[in-house]
Amino acid sequence: MNQKQIRNFSIIAHIDHGKSTLADRLLEATGALTDREKSDQYLDKMELEKERGITIKAQAVRLKYTAKNGQHYILNLIDTPGHVDFSYEVSRSLSACEGAILVVDAAQGVEAQTLANVYMAIDQDLEVFPVINKIDLPSAEPERIKQEVEDIIGIDTSDAILASAKEGLGIEDILEAVVQRIPSPGGDPDAPLKALTFDSWYDSYQGVIVLVRIVDGTVKKGDKIKLMATGGVYEVQKVGAFSPHPLELSELAAGEVGFIIAGIKVVEDAKVGDTITHFRRPAEKALPGYQDVKPMVFSGLYPIDSADYDDLRDALEKLRLNDAAFSFEPENSLALGFGFRCGFLGLLHMEIIQERLEREFNVELITTAPTVVYRVTTTKGHVLQVESANMLPEAQHIETIEEPFVLASIHVPNEFVGPVLNLCIEKRGVQRELKYLTANRVMVVYELPLNEIVLDFFDRLKSITRGYASLDYEHLDFRVSKLVRLNVLINGDVVDALSLIVHQDKAQFRGRELVSKMKEFIPRQQYEVAIQAAIGNKVIARSTVKALRKDVTAKCYGGDITRKRKLLEKQKAGKKRMKQVGSVELPQDAFLAILKVKE
Amino acid sequence: MSSLYLHIPFCSSKCPYCDFYSLVASQHQVDDYVDLLVRNIAYLHQHSSDPQAFRTIYFGGGTPSLLSSLQVERILTTISQTFELEDGCEITLEANPGTLAQTQLRDYRRAGINRLSIGIQSLDDRNLRMLGRIHSAEEARQAVSLARRAGFDNLSLDLIFALPGETLSILSADLDKLLELTPDHVSLYGLTFEEETDFSEQLKQGTLIACHEDLYAEQYRFLHERLCDAGYEHYEISNFSRPGLQCQHNQAYWKRKTCWAVGVGAHSFISRNWGERWAIPPDLKKYSERLTNNENPARLLETFDRLSAAKEWVYLALRTAAGIDQPAFKRLFEQNFLETFPDAIGKVRPYLATDQGRMAFTLDGWLLYDYLISHFL
Repeated sequence: MNQKQIRNFSIIAHIDHGKSTLADRLLEATGALTDREKSDQYLDKMELEKERGITIKAQAVRLKYTAKNGQHYILNLIDTPGHVDFSYEVSRSLSACEGAILVVDAAQGVEAQTLANVYMAIDQDLEVFPVINKIDLPSAEPERIKQEVEDIIGIDTSDAILASAKEGLGIEDILEAVVQRIPSPGGDPDAPLKALTFDSWYDSYQGVIVLVRIVDGTVKKGDKIKLMATGGVYEVQKVGAFSPHPLELSELAAGEVGFIIAGIKVVEDAKVGDTITHFRRPAEKALPGYQDVKPMVFSGLYPIDSADYDDLRDALEKLRLNDAAFSFEPENSLALGFGFRCGFLGLLHMEIIQERLEREFNVELITTAPTVVYRVTTTKGHVLQVESANMLPEAQHIETIEEPFVLASIHVPNEFVGPVLNLCIEKRGVQRELKYLTANRVMVVYELPLNEIVLDFFDRLKSITRGYASLDYEHLDFRVSKLVRLNVLINGDVVDALSLIVHQDKAQFRGRELVSKMKEFIPRQQYEVAIQAAIGNKVIARSTVKALRKDVTAKCYGGDITRKRKLLEKQKAGKKRMKQVGSVELPQDAFLAILKVKE
Repeated sequence: MSSLYLHIPFCSSKCPYCDFYSLVASQHQVDDYVDLLVRNIAYLHQHSSDPQAFRTIYFGGGTPSLLSSLQVERILTTISQTFELEDGCEITLEANPGTLAQTQLRDYRRAGINRLSIGIQSLDDRNLRMLGRIHSAEEARQAVSLARRAGFDNLSLDLIFALPGETLSILSADLDKLLELTPDHVSLYGLTFEEETDFSEQLKQGTLIACHEDLYAEQYRFLHERLCDAGYEHYEISNFSRPGLQCQHNQAYWKRKTCWAVGVGAHSFISRNWGERWAIPPDLKKYSERLTNNENPARLLETFDRLSAAKEWVYLALRTAAGIDQPAFKRLFEQNFLETFPDAIGKVRPYLATDQGRMAFTLDGWLLYDYLISHFL
């Protein structure tokens, strides 16, 4: 394959700006999909991705395109996720490309993630050209948005393409622009092999499938390859590309994007960011890899039925195979029994994993409230990473507690600036910047404690700005903070799974609100349930769920017997979702009540 | 030995708390309906494998007292011509006080009805108006005395409690008036807000406020004490009787005995195998079509295996004061009751009273019946 005829590109956009729909149109326009396959958002393969309208995993697709100049091209489209939790995937995908299409919604304009992703692309020296999408919307203002892109991002929009992926407008122009504006890849096909692993996943039939960008050299079936970071040596069984169906090729040469299957058994052996080279003629130096992604948010996952523990572990292991950013280790709770402490990139990532466990693996779960990692220095000088309130040492053994801070960038129409600033202050934020991007769009940059973000920041932000705000954040540092452990007692006993780490100034308020929220979520039962919040031994708030006094069907004769029995059976099935803690049955909502506390 | 239920789906008006299938009908339609019942009885006779002898017959509704005594007679004659009636067969008819005349009652008695269940609901006119009843307290009293004069010596009266705004003293006065009528059997129903009734709509809109559950419990205990003091036995969650005058027909339901049912919307239970329940859909037109084509108007609603039968048996038995007869359970299901439901029994233990191999709910247990029984389901 002549390198001059190859283009490698990504589409970057804020979530919901139409990236996946555009990808579908490009597939259709180049004949990659048959009519029968033209389901919405083809590249979002997981049921969950389709349902939530988000992309979770990156995908690489090879498209054949005959340009207006009559030449045939191979376009490698690398689709990327649009949510802040998955920005590391974007960064990886971009490193396999020479260019990116920047998709901006013609009504909504530049949002926080647009900016974050576009800077990532510019940092990697990618050629970026803008597409103003959704011009079919009645509220579309393409000219204003073009100006906004120029003002905010500083890229030339004089030849921005106006498109509507939904209506199929502008698709030809986009394909032409990919060919004309994005440079062809470089690299020497005869040099020693250097292939960058930018994704890998486990397939139960073929073993690990590695997605690579060939930087130098050529790889083909039968080659003996070496993974430079792990040192593993394998024989290539297959090379190919997705079109989007897997297509076996005779070789992959410098500049190309495709997959390698080489009998690798576990994903850990084909680490994303690793360089693949030839065993007999290795490259001298590996390509710069990626930083390992670290989970930032932790929560406990427990099976409702303790007999499901092994199933849960198997399911977690399977998910872990294809998700390096997700971690888990066994955890034991007095209240909930055996479970796992799991680490996630963020709240969306956490929700996705939970939903997949329940849906695909059929394990019913209790999830504890999410927490971040704290750094605790003990009076003896030991430094601990604390991922759960229960790991927090007794107050007298703690010298300092540090909590992670993020730099959050919020884009918002100017009429909402006041409420957004108030929210940031309430969440213990420190203002870094406040900038008018245009006459009526403002960028607010705050340093914020991550633990405030994982609780309810995003929901609150959305509600006070009626959905108009967008948020992006990056990790900043750890800062010393006055944090305390807030315990919840049910009928006098501390329920470890309900303990939280909160800021001292907020402990009183949070405790009070938490017990009253929990009262709403715990159904009345046989006995009275006392809920208390305590810091150390000091009880700061209490509420009571009164015992059930009356729950009886008055009439039960001929025609009632089946109907009322079935009603009771249905209620009972609902109750099974509750976890027995001591003599009290707690529903899932009670464990996440802290997320529902409004300030 | 089995029972027979006849459903009369007609009412002169719809009560705002009732979710039963009922129709407002002309006399002509009632006539047609009686034809259908007669056909349905004939169908039953043709298709039942073994000859039935009825121990109880029950006319329920709706408002069965909308039937004339001639219509009742025609139905009962059809039954006795095709089936055997046991000696002392209990034949109940539910009656609405607003629809009763002296001659009608006498003729019911003559036709063979030997037990009357009068839905007086309350003897307080304000309560009756709230409940949308067509009769007054005076008419209710009248109906009872007419029934006595017509020769009914087994008389049941219904009373609704836990009405919106009803205090304990209002209820107490209502109960006093009821006891003055010296009923042989009393059914006391806490008002329930059934889905898709006017009352549940008003509850949602906030124009009606349901009785607080603490007050409900207090009223229930009060009624229990007063009636027991007056010599009644509290033999099922909502039913009281003078000794020996329990409703035999309803006992059949709670003991899972065979009860055939005719009439639109009616449910049969047949005890063969582990039990079958059949239902006639609440659709008068289809009912008529099916019977005209000599097809079975009922369709199979559910069948049981040993475990599901045992569960339902417990679910029903624990509604009654007799409760679980452990030796009987073992005979029926070939396993020990305590070993079949160890977890459930553990959970409900504080609400169980044990007496010589029988286990029954206490009064507090009955108040939590739905909550507690779900452990067994």
